[in-house]
Amino acid sequence: MLQKIYDWIDDRIDITPIWRDIADHEVPEHVNPAHHFSAFVYCFGGLTFFVVVIQILSGMFLTMYYVPDIQNAWKSVYYLQTEVAHGQIVRGMHHWGASVVIVMLLLHTLRVFFQGAYKKPRELNWVVGVLIFFVMLGLGFTGYLLPWDNKAYFATQVGLEMAEQVPFIGQQLKILLAGDATIVGAQTLTRFFAIHVFFLPAALFGLLAAHFILIRKQGISGPL
Amino acid sequence: MSNEKQQVSRRQFLNYTLTGVGGFMAAGLLISPIRMAVDPVLKESSAGDLANVGLSVDDITSEPQRIDWSVDQVDGWYESEVNRSAWVYRNEDDEIVAFSPVCKHLGCVVSWEGSENHPNEYFCPCHDGRYYKDGTNVPGTPPLAPLDEYEQEVRDGMLFLGDARPREEA
Repeated sequence: MLQKIYDWIDDRIDITPIWRDIADHEVPEHVNPAHHFSAFVYCFGGLTFFVVVIQILSGMFLTMYYVPDIQNAWKSVYYLQTEVAHGQIVRGMHHWGASVVIVMLLLHTLRVFFQGAYKKPRELNWVVGVLIFFVMLGLGFTGYLLPWDNKAYFATQVGLEMAEQVPFIGQQLKILLAGDATIVGAQTLTRFFAIHVFFLPAALFGLLAAHFILIRKQGISGPL
Repeated sequence: MSNEKQQVSRRQFLNYTLTGVGGFMAAGLLISPIRMAVDPVLKESSAGDLANVGLSVDDITSEPQRIDWSVDQVDGWYESEVNRSAWVYRNEDDEIVAFSPVCKHLGCVVSWEGSENHPNEYFCPCHDGRYYKDGTNVPGTPPLAPLDEYEQEVRDGMLFLGDARPREEA
């Protein structure tokens, strides 16, 4: 049945070469943990991506209950945690996953750094990777405010003051982020929500696509 | 290797294994989010308590009168007072009847004698739906069912109403 559906589609638009291009490629011996166990270090990039997928999925489901409004944000999170079946688990996935992403990302970066895999011709991909790192930090920072509890509020207060220290444009940058010169409040929360679920994910998708296209184009770096 | 024993090829085995492991991981990942998403469907709807609508049974006549009251509503994390209304009258058997004013066609609000052309009937202004005094829909008008009736109780001479229920007899 599935085969028939696949054949029907393939007959018309010839999808086989498309997915073969994506899925069919050789894994060199030096990156295959089955040959050298130490090659597990090559898994960190993929693991980072795997956790990012978890973040995207759990985040999509969380927005079914979350409200980015100072009156209701905390209440909706509390409701999700205490009244909704598996709500605690899904928020747990997103909460812990956020930290795991950063850990995996750092491990991946360390591997690339110590193997010198960033060297010519792969400098551009290193740059893209660093941009992904910044986007991830941004996602972590903006997501931290959303539960609108005390920890979230004061962490954001501190974060905004750090932004204010930027030379020349600090004040404007802070207002741009917070939506107000002095208040961390209603406008800050909606801004952070928009940045967290629309702007940064969009940037992340673009950068990830570039990251993956580059690695496919240039191939994985050779053995040490 | 003899050919007869080879019922599953190496390629097939790997395909099945990978699909299985992948499916298991995807299921493990998605089961909680999906359970959370469908939670409202699986939640039991709590039957609302009967509320005092502020109408003494002595004031109920054979002429339907509109009464309005409000009930506390818990909507997830949001609690509020919502307004309800009913058409209440006493029928020939001296029983109190309280109809929901929500039209059974598309949910507009009906009024007793809401149209001058149709005395002694409930009238819905949206699509000229009509109901007789006993709540039965007038054949040939848009509604296909009689008006819902509120659960009711009389305590200390006051009328208490609960949730509106569809009537069984048509």
